[in-house]
Amino acid sequence: MTAVEQQVPDLTSQENRFGIKPKRAGGADERLAAANWFTKLLRRPEAGAAGGLVATIVIFALLPGAANLYSLQGAMTFLTLSAELGIIATATALLIIAGEFDLSIGSMIGFAGVVIGLTVRELGFPLWGGIASAFAVAVLVGYLNGLIVVRTRLPSFIVTLASLFILRGLSIAITRAVTGRTQIPYILDDVPDPATAGLFNGHVFTGFFRWMAAQGWIAARSDGIPFVTGIPASIVWWLAITAAAGYVLTQTRYGNWIFATGGDQEVARNVGVPVGRVKISLFICTACAATLLATIQVMEAGSADTTRGLLKEFEAIIAAVIGGVLLTGGYGTVYGVLFGSLIFGLVQMGIFYTGIDTDWFKVFLGLVILAAVLVNTYIRTKALGGGRSR
Amino acid sequence: MSALVPAMELSGVSVNFGSVKALQDIDIKVYPGEVHCLLGDNGAGKSTLIKVLSGVHRPSRGQILVDGRPVAFRNPREAQAMGVATVFQDLGMIPLMSITRNFFLGREPTRSSLPFSRMDKERANSVAKQAMADIGIDVRDPTQAVGTLSGGERQSVAIARAVHFGAKVLILDEPTSALGVHQAAMVLKFIIEARMRGLAVIFISHNIHHAYPVGDTFTLLNRGRNRGTYAKSDISRDEVVSIMSGGEDLKVVEAEIEALLASIAAQRPAAAL
Repeated sequence: MTAVEQQVPDLTSQENRFGIKPKRAGGADERLAAANWFTKLLRRPEAGAAGGLVATIVIFALLPGAANLYSLQGAMTFLTLSAELGIIATATALLIIAGEFDLSIGSMIGFAGVVIGLTVRELGFPLWGGIASAFAVAVLVGYLNGLIVVRTRLPSFIVTLASLFILRGLSIAITRAVTGRTQIPYILDDVPDPATAGLFNGHVFTGFFRWMAAQGWIAARSDGIPFVTGIPASIVWWLAITAAAGYVLTQTRYGNWIFATGGDQEVARNVGVPVGRVKISLFICTACAATLLATIQVMEAGSADTTRGLLKEFEAIIAAVIGGVLLTGGYGTVYGVLFGSLIFGLVQMGIFYTGIDTDWFKVFLGLVILAAVLVNTYIRTKALGGGRSR
Repeated sequence: MSALVPAMELSGVSVNFGSVKALQDIDIKVYPGEVHCLLGDNGAGKSTLIKVLSGVHRPSRGQILVDGRPVAFRNPREAQAMGVATVFQDLGMIPLMSITRNFFLGREPTRSSLPFSRMDKERANSVAKQAMADIGIDVRDPTQAVGTLSGGERQSVAIARAVHFGAKVLILDEPTSALGVHQAAMVLKFIIEARMRGLAVIFISHNIHHAYPVGDTFTLLNRGRNRGTYAKSDISRDEVVSIMSGGEDLKVVEAEIEALLASIAAQRPAAAL
């Protein structure tokens, strides 16, 4: 560097004449405001969702019906709603961060249920075989969605909109052709496989809940069995998926590729990121998440319905956006989606318990989406140091 | 130059797009430890040339040699693998991702080779910080988003990345064109730093004031042709400008403007008062 520094002219005289401090004088940049812990917290992408969750909890605590909503039973109900949404929203969030949409997940929920129902009821598959078939179909659907998007470079919005109709149509047409109806009941009746079913409709910590009932801490029936027997498997799946997705996104090379693919796919491709493979694998993830949710619902209800999962694709996108995921890709966290799903479940049950006309739920939802997008935009400008927006 | 074998050489390279001859018979030799400036006005063929050098376009005729061996790049990644790194104007960086994540993008250090093995973020952060300190950039926080950096800082990160990952030839596409005086000076320092590490630097610019101080050799392009390669000792700044603009001296342009202003003033004598 010495050679360069020798060429630098003496600026002292100019400094005196114009009263300017040369930038090369060094020292701390006086324009760089010290970021305090609060600003740092605000800069986290899930900050908006966390704040929104706290606000929602407080609002419903002040409304009538709070006692029921925040009772153990009420909490389990809204947590289950949050979990079912969270499972698909987490996968959706990863795909949105990679810059793509999957509108077919709602239809995939219905289709996967039909696959389980028909293979078990009509083809005599064991329960695990029916579930495995549904996941195999999901991998194929996700692969095809991804392949078409990557090969044709069409917007995934359009490609998966087509899959939305194709899968829903297939569900109804095949079910009606085979069974003459649009529902497949009694799936669990002739296949005694409680171990497999229990993976999806069971409860954990049942012993602990029974013990708490025995201590008189939680409400129980007269025979000593608590009303809430344990934590539903769906919540366990949700938390496990969130933790796994969070690890992959922030701690692994593949996670770095997801951000890069959504941030700028040409740049990513030029430095050697396998953009196509990243996208296809994430389309497979969303289809599999939809199938997991379908399996949970079929195991709980014991039946499959061709109309299941209607509009779930939009709820998943909403939860992701509330959670701070940028719709244009390249930015977001899965922990924010956890908060987004909680807000969603809480509001849905909260409105029910407070006795507000549930017709208002959709109005409220629309307002929440709008607020979430505004907060996201604000936070992103913060993340980029303010002033810049792109 | 001391080394006999050029780090990169173009020999009789022409590029045609249909009937348009974008480049014709370009010969360029770039040696290690040399800053080779490619200068030209708009439309001289600079962009096409950089795309040939970086592996985006393939020449219609002629040869590219790296370390004396003929090569044919199919894409920028192949060029990179051979040690030819290009910092394009978009810088190959993603604004919403951190400095470290950008620095290692596509080359992430992991503790094992499994697809979901943990990325070694501690090491990545310290390596990125060190690599930038090596060429004289002080990064406040390697986890901050690249979008928060100034244009000059971003350019510096891109250069540091190319140097760190073993580039032998560093191609810089108009690295100073969008920068202010201070930031441009900073980037010019990094160019000299890269040269002192023995890299061959190809510096594409239309700004003689940035190119002349750091350049060792100047190749002047005009209308798709090489108008000559000169060592710094053989050519003055004014001569470079004159050749770049195709013999149209700036003084002539200045005189024309003055004449125009005079004629306007003559037509509206009262307007000045």
